[in-house]
Amino acid sequence: MKEILSGNEAFARGAYEAGCLVASAYPGTPSTEILENVINYKEINASWAPNEKVALEVAIGASFGGARALACMKHVGVNVAADPLFTASYTGVKGGLVLVAADDPEMHSSQDEQDSRNYARFAKVPMLEPADSQECLAFTRLAFELSEQFDTPVMLRSCTRISHGKSLVELGERVSGLPAPKLVKDAPKLVMLPGNARVRHPMVEERTVKLSEYGDSAAINRMELHSSEIGVICAGVTYQYVREALPDASVLKLGMVWPLPAKLIQEFASKVAQLFVVEELDPFIEDQVKAMGIACQGKELTTLCGELSPGRIQAAFDKAGIIKVAASEAIAIEPVPPRPPNMCPGCPHRGVFYQLNRANAYVTGDIGCYTLGFMPPLNAMDTCVCMGASISMASGMVRALPPEEQKRVVAVIGDSTFLHTGINSLMEMAWNKAPATVIILDNRITAMTGRQENPASGFTLSGDETSMVNIPELCRVLGIKHVRVVDPYDLDATRLAIEEEMNRPEPSVIITNRPCCLIKGADRFEKGKVLEVDQGKCTGCKACLRIGCPAIEWKPNPDGNKGKAFIDPQLCTGCTVCQQLCKFNAIGGRK
Amino acid sequence: MDTAITNILLVGVGGQGILLASEILSEAFMLAGFDVKKSEIHGMSQRGGSVVSHVRFGKEVFSPVVPEGQGDILFGFELLETYRYLSLLKPGATVVANDYKIAPPSVLLGQAVYPQALPEKIKATFPDFLLVDGQGLALRAGDVRAANTVMLGAVSKRLQIADAVWQQALEKMVPKKALEINLKAFAMGREL
Repeated sequence: MKEILSGNEAFARGAYEAGCLVASAYPGTPSTEILENVINYKEINASWAPNEKVALEVAIGASFGGARALACMKHVGVNVAADPLFTASYTGVKGGLVLVAADDPEMHSSQDEQDSRNYARFAKVPMLEPADSQECLAFTRLAFELSEQFDTPVMLRSCTRISHGKSLVELGERVSGLPAPKLVKDAPKLVMLPGNARVRHPMVEERTVKLSEYGDSAAINRMELHSSEIGVICAGVTYQYVREALPDASVLKLGMVWPLPAKLIQEFASKVAQLFVVEELDPFIEDQVKAMGIACQGKELTTLCGELSPGRIQAAFDKAGIIKVAASEAIAIEPVPPRPPNMCPGCPHRGVFYQLNRANAYVTGDIGCYTLGFMPPLNAMDTCVCMGASISMASGMVRALPPEEQKRVVAVIGDSTFLHTGINSLMEMAWNKAPATVIILDNRITAMTGRQENPASGFTLSGDETSMVNIPELCRVLGIKHVRVVDPYDLDATRLAIEEEMNRPEPSVIITNRPCCLIKGADRFEKGKVLEVDQGKCTGCKACLRIGCPAIEWKPNPDGNKGKAFIDPQLCTGCTVCQQLCKFNAIGGRK
Repeated sequence: MDTAITNILLVGVGGQGILLASEILSEAFMLAGFDVKKSEIHGMSQRGGSVVSHVRFGKEVFSPVVPEGQGDILFGFELLETYRYLSLLKPGATVVANDYKIAPPSVLLGQAVYPQALPEKIKATFPDFLLVDGQGLALRAGDVRAANTVMLGAVSKRLQIADAVWQQALEKMVPKKALEINLKAFAMGREL
């Protein structure tokens, strides 16, 4: 019986079938659903970590204890987890250790499109790259086996189209008979001091040679021989695009993208007149093939930026005169208004950004739903680099500025991002007395990735009640003297807090206390009384439109007179922020 | 249609239930014995942004993404989004759209107007165009939230898949308490 699974569901299934016992992750698109599906398998102890470094270390610890263990993250998460990754490459494993890194070519939901394959080479660990959900399952199983066979962490590379694509999968059974976890003293392998590490490093180099030889005959690297004219080396979702775009071409499909199977590549090259490498982002395979002394073309044809597709590959090969594609009739449409994402109606962040804009703040931002605060009409975010950077960047920025400019610097960060990597930044700011203001938008959830629990939400991944970080107390023990909590639905109180703290020549923190309006349940979001605009009182001043709430619509008057605002009762949550902006008392409870 | 692949695009606004509709479609194609692939973007786009889901079925499907200009059926949950994605279709494709408008931010702010006469413009390029009163029919079926299922019913008539398969897919994917209304909504759409 087949099932239709997403790549992320199949990674989770693969971990289950492989006998994995411990899994850890920090949410990040497009990797989030892996762990959310792992919890369907009660045999696996699965939990969110506060960040990716911790997630990988949890998995390394479980592996050293003898269990098969999984860590999952998005591509930029690997930057955070890089420190343990590089040394775990030297220690190797006890139980199998697998790290899924999900890339996001085209940056559908990311701040950069770095190519994780470089990490495999850099950290000297093997990397497998599945091309559909069936391979996500099979390669996860294989990754655990290879991890133990070659004594190495194994990386699995996914991408948005694999993780969030669905295809048919044949399920298998969970393996049994794996050794039971137990403590084993093994300092030469597990204590990476210089003396031990110097012994391990040559073993790592030797391992890479052996893995390359394994790849020469492994079934996951396969030749599909068709035409002897054109041969294409490809992997992952790009393989699917190539098969569709160039159905007559011979293909070397690589299931293992690091290390590369040198002999197999030589053999494939000898069978075709023209050799190409088609890959998204970096010329990772191409550079190595060229370094082997094999002539091929790659980035001469396809782009370094964004995703490929069957159409883009055909266009590239057509342009280079290699194939001929019949021109298709383009369908022209008139330009229409764009529809970018927006903060939800009732979002507790909206009033804060409105007041930051009015206070002429220069906002160092961070990663989350609130990054949307940069968009009009709020226009209240000025920087966004990476998780946790808002606070440390504000701390650095004030040092560079004259006193009157220092006041304007406000860092804005969400609860989950603060707990991810913002704590160290705030410690630095307090310690070095940087007079910036920090706003922690505590909506008690990791909202942007689909509402995952975090260490301040009071629940675990499985929904069990647990300890809850007290964010105001945490800020105080880090050394911040001025910590205040404000209701972001109260515009006057929010304005007052922002003005006072911006004017204070000392480090200070404002924490907002309203939950995300998408989280349901007791003690969480409660909908207020739905509001409406009294059309008799509305003067058409547009003050309520300045918060950019999707529930408020401007309706122009067909007679050419001034239009009026309307509130969609289906969307309004009764947060009252627009009501507080109306000077004419035209907004009130719906009758 | 041995080697032929049918390419379906579902478009609308984040939060409209497009992912569930594409899951039901995919399930039906699998139950009917086809290879199926589906692709969409989660995350940022869900916050009220424009959403596209790709569903492809046939004997063997490679790319999970519909190649540009190869769409056979456009299944629109919102009028402006239906119009926006017409360029993904091949000439002569089928368009089934819900007669439903959600104003984008610039229209809400009074800086732009919602484009006029979209059904006429769509029909001029794609004569095989069906405009469905999804919300109205769903209300008659018993719940306005079944509008997507009315639409699925309307699309289903253009696909060679047996009634029993659709029923099985709906039974698997729709929560039990909402099943009766959704089956009714589906049947109403299928009659259009």
